[in-house]
This record gives sequence, structure tokens and C-alpha cells, in this order.
Amino acid sequence: MVGELRSGMTIGFGGWGSRRKPMAAVRAILRAGIDDLTVVSYGGPDVGLLCAYGRVRKVVFGFVTLDSIALDPHFRRARQEGSVEAMEVDEGMFYLGLLAASQRVPFLPTRAGLGSDVMRLNPQLRTVVSPYDDREELVAVPALELDAAFVHLNRADTSGNGQVLGPDPFFDDLFLGAAQRRFVTAERVVAPGELLGEGPIQTITVTRLLTDAVAQCERGAHFTSCAPDYGRDEEFQGLYAKSAADQESWRSFSSKYVEVDEAGYRAALRELSETSRSSGGAG
Amino acid sequence: MSESAGGSQDVTRAEVCVVACAEAWRGDGELLASPFGTIPSAGARLARLTFEPDLVLTDGEGALMANTPGVSGPRGELLLEAWLPYRRVFDVVWSGRRHVMMIATQIDRYGNQNISAIGDWAKPKAQLVGVRGAPGNTVNHPTSYWVPSHSPRAFVEHVDVVCGVGYDRAASAGESATRHHDLRVVVTNLAVLDFETPDHAMRLRSVHPGVSAADVQRVAKQYLSEEQGTTGWFVPTPQAGEKGS
Repeated sequence: MVGELRSGMTIGFGGWGSRRKPMAAVRAILRAGIDDLTVVSYGGPDVGLLCAYGRVRKVVFGFVTLDSIALDPHFRRARQEGSVEAMEVDEGMFYLGLLAASQRVPFLPTRAGLGSDVMRLNPQLRTVVSPYDDREELVAVPALELDAAFVHLNRADTSGNGQVLGPDPFFDDLFLGAAQRRFVTAERVVAPGELLGEGPIQTITVTRLLTDAVAQCERGAHFTSCAPDYGRDEEFQGLYAKSAADQESWRSFSSKYVEVDEAGYRAALRELSETSRSSGGAG
Repeated sequence: MSESAGGSQDVTRAEVCVVACAEAWRGDGELLASPFGTIPSAGARLARLTFEPDLVLTDGEGALMANTPGVSGPRGELLLEAWLPYRRVFDVVWSGRRHVMMIATQIDRYGNQNISAIGDWAKPKAQLVGVRGAPGNTVNHPTSYWVPSHSPRAFVEHVDVVCGVGYDRAASAGESATRHHDLRVVVTNLAVLDFETPDHAMRLRSVHPGVSAADVQRVAKQYLSEEQGTTGWFVPTPQAGEKGS
């Protein structure tokens, strides 16, 4: 999947905040040395990690949060140092931008944004006047077209259908719909037809019309939540947030948990959970 | 906020704030109440358990709650009544059937709110969470604010980034922005403020028990202090003779 990426691409990441983020894919991108990215995300630690490694030219976002920790310190630092550009829009505008790209229309209209600084800070945004008798002036949210998108789901099948067993499918199908290259990782990949054994038909929210490649990636959203398979690893998220404190903390965190392959990552997590059990930290 | 409110030893200031937040939803009937923060969340629950039984509340994930368990109580106590994933929340926002109470890191005289960044947006002094849904909320349905610390840092002459749209900015943006624009109240740890003035400038509607209007003005006036490096000021218009919330 990551082999198809190039520096300078616009890449969307599914999930929301610190929930069901395609973190294994983010780590693979970091290891592959791809940079100068435009990152499009309902932002969480996907944005923060990529910023921490200096791989981001621009972030397109409505928020960046770790949910249980209000702000992502790596993203904050990048913004406060002025090292990343930003396109900051209302969450609903963001949704309409993905929807417009999915539907191959140049824009979709909304009231959201009118009167706010979103219009001042993004001078490329335009308004449109209704062609009907009301003549209302609305924001024309431009299509958010992506070169590639990554989402992490609970289950997928080998044909590329995807299933969300947790409470919210978020906007993952729209990220895929807005992208040229569409990548799904899942906790478990089953044979076609077997997804119905995992949950009702309504949980299969991604069809194979929307996917180019699927990979099984157990704990692929860690440390973000992937309900009902696992919750957010709050202890690990705490380590991630603290690693922004200074160079030494960051080097220690990144060498142990990022600059390793997936087997190395899982081994480091096992070691962490053993340490924390023996010190009573998980009690 | 552990200090007790004057006049009654067994009511805490936090409880007074919860009641003040609950009052924000009075008269709303059947719409989605979306509180941000612990005290507004307790307020919305209190409103539903007392005078607004038809309010609709989310569980913070993808569902609506049929019962009204405590804020951050165990999820096992939840009884769910319907599915409302985030994408469908926007349907509710844009339909107008919602009254949100957001937090304001900065708020100005006409109710413009900032949760995006402090300082120059291009290279902020402090990056905050982002505009979130504030631009869309404020031009689509009723919006109130919770300011946990009534201070000169929060009440500013001009916010650094207009996220939630205030009355002046909505008016200058035109009819599409004003049609459904409806800022209700600003609840703080000291007082309740509203916009029920001829030009929608914020006014002091009431002060919490144990707080005087002078206390609120003192906080605002400190803002004028040059030695504290403050850059703007805001003195709310008091409503004569009213006390309590």
C-alpha cells in the first residue's frame, strides 16, 4: 500500500480524534520516508505523529484532539513553530468537501462558515448565490480531492468490503470515495460472504467499489480506540503525549515505538504492559 | 470550584453553575441538547430530569440516551434509544433541531467565540483544538457558551479567531447567516450573561449567589492593567437590581 505513495501527495486518514485511526498505516508511512504531505483528517494522533516527524507540509482539519487529552502536543508544536501550513474549516464543511469529491462535483453549499474567520483564513473559499428565488448566499465548500486514503475497520473481506462493528462508521467511506487510491486495513480479513457472521448487514458500510487494497492489521488502530475490539490505550496515549516534552523523551518514544516494524511494535507493547503490571501501573 | 456560594452553606458554586447551565435549555422542548464540558453536561441532564423532559441527549459516541445516567457514570447504566453517528449529527445541526453549549476560550462583546488559536493564526502563540463545529452551529441553531473562568483572558475586545459567529459578524455576513443565528446565554463561574440588548451587546443578566456585579466588573477592569500585558477590555452592561441565577 505504502509503496504506491509518493512525497508531496494529499492523503486522507479515516477515524475521528483518537478513535479508529489507521495508526499502523501511519507508522508504515513514517518508516517509508515519505514527506511533504498534505494531511486531511478529523485529526488525532495520525496528524500529531506525522507532524512530529516533519513529514507534513499542510494539515486540512477542523480540529486535532486526543479526546481524553484535549490537545495533541506534537501538532501544537508544529503549528506554534510555524512549520506546517493549515487549512482549517468547520467540521461540517469538511464533511461536505469529502462528499463533493466523492460525488465528483466541484462544491457543495452550506451556511457553515458564513460570518466566521474560516472565510478570512482560507481566502480560496468562495460563496455561491442560490439560483432560485430565495437568492441566498451560501458557502461553496470545494471538493476535498485526495491522492490516497487510509481507513482502519474492524473487519474486511478479501474482496474489499469493510465492516464497522463499533458505534460510528465516521466518514471513512467518504475518505475512500474522495481518493484516487483507497486502502483499508482491518483487525481481521475474512473470505467474501463471511462478514455476515461478524455482524448484521448494516455494519458493512464500505463496499468493494470503494477499495483498491485490503490488509489484515491486528491492533492496527492502536493506541486509538477500535471498539468493540479494544478501547483506547490511555496509558500509551499518555506516553505519546509526554514524548513531546523534550528531545530525549521523543527519541526514546520514537525509537521504541515508531522506528520498528509491526512485530517490533507489538513486542514493545507486550514489554510495556508487563512493566506496568509488575509496577502495579495497570491496577 | 469548591468554594461555597454565599448565603447558603450547602450549595457549591459548581452546583449553582450546573443550574445556570440547565436554565439555558428551558423552553427548548424536543431538540438535541449538546453540552461540552462536565458542568454543562450535568446541566443538560438536570434540565431533562426536571423541566425539559423531552430534550434529546447523546452518549458522546454514536447514540442517544433513553435514560439520564450521571455524567461519566459507567456505560453499563446506559439505556440507548436511537443511533446518531457523527455524520447524522450534521443533519440535526443543519435542520436547526439542536441547542449546543460550547466552551469559549475567548469571547467578545457580541458573542464571537474562539477555540482555534491564540495570537496570529498563521503561527499561533497557542494552538487550541480548532474551530470544530462552531462556525456551522452558530448560523444554524441556538448556541450558548460556558466559560469556566470568568477572566480578562476569556472576555476580550476582539477574539483572535472568530469560530462561533457573534451578532455583529452574522449581521455583516448577511441574511443567510442571520436567518437561524440565535446566541442565547453565556454562563461563567461568576455570572450569566445574555445578548438581550438593542444592538445585541453582551449584558450581565445575573450574578451567582455570593457574587456582586462589582466583582464581575472588577475582573473586567483588571484587564485594563498595562502591567499585566493585557490588550483589550470588556465591561458587561449590568442589568439593574437583579441577583442570583
